[in-house]
Amino acid sequence: MNLQTMIDSLHLKPLTEPKDYQAILPTCGYASDLLSCVMAGAAHQSVWVTLQAHINIVAVASLLDLSAIIITEDAQPDAATIAKANEEGINIFSINEPTFSVVGKLWELGLHCQQPNNT
Amino acid sequence: MIPPLIVEESIARGIGIIAITDHNATANIQAVQKAAEGKPLLVLPGMELQTSEEVHSLCIFEKLAQIEEFQKIISHALPHISNQPAHFGEQFVVDETGEFIRREEQLLIVSADLTLSQAWKYVIELGGLFIPAHVNRKAFGLLENLGFVPQDIPLHTLEISRHLPANEATIKFPQLSGHTLIKGGDAHRLEELGGFNEFWLASPSFNEIKAALKGLDGRKVIIRDSI
Repeated sequence: MNLQTMIDSLHLKPLTEPKDYQAILPTCGYASDLLSCVMAGAAHQSVWVTLQAHINIVAVASLLDLSAIIITEDAQPDAATIAKANEEGINIFSINEPTFSVVGKLWELGLHCQQPNNT
Repeated sequence: MIPPLIVEESIARGIGIIAITDHNATANIQAVQKAAEGKPLLVLPGMELQTSEEVHSLCIFEKLAQIEEFQKIISHALPHISNQPAHFGEQFVVDETGEFIRREEQLLIVSADLTLSQAWKYVIELGGLFIPAHVNRKAFGLLENLGFVPQDIPLHTLEISRHLPANEATIKFPQLSGHTLIKGGDAHRLEELGGFNEFWLASPSFNEIKAALKGLDGRKVIIRDSI
């Protein structure tokens, strides 16, 4: 499944510069607000669902080559975070729903992840 | 903790400087300062702030007027929810003898709706020190919640928790090197009062501490793990 399908189904709002989202094929998902856990546990190319909007999310996404960050509950990263994400080519979306329902919807769409490829 | 007992116990432990850093709150600072009047103990006004990243940071100032300004910003940024003492405990404000004055009604245990960098900016503009607290702790520690020390703001001094020996800090967490480290007592009870930080100062004052944290003019701070 490609990222465009997820954007359309969940009505994700892009916060970073648009890309060819159809060409991005996330393989896995991860949810946590603790960045040290994400760094240790998220698989490469994952979609990461979090409430954390601090600028460090960009470095974490870059480190793991994540497909997208979905920031839940309408939490807003600041302008510096968006600028850095654009610089690094990181895709950030926001949604005014709690993490629980976003993860549920992604799972229903078929984004499963039983075997992370980097743990 | 009752103000005169905090003063008495600190002096008994050979501590010369303390900061009162309640969680998102400052209403009890003056009581401790008054209790310390005429005693060999400097009581600095501070706060343990919880920002929207759920990270704790110590915000320490020289004067009460500065932290009163800061408290206005924080009170405004905290959600307007009333405390429920049955769940979260009492939030008493006391006088210098420990007598009850009032209950703080606004729930203090939550995060302020301010980011770390916004809070840092307010503290610096008001002339204070901004020190992420117990950075190595699993709960509310900067390294756990944010993965690493953010580079967008200059965080010069970091506090490690009482359980991390100073000589292991930079080995376990290499990214702490290059920062001035202090060790926090994070004392919630009298018996937890620390006195881990040995400051080399010309006199006990806020500005001397500031100089020591920067290692200026022979001022310095050394962590003593065993006290």
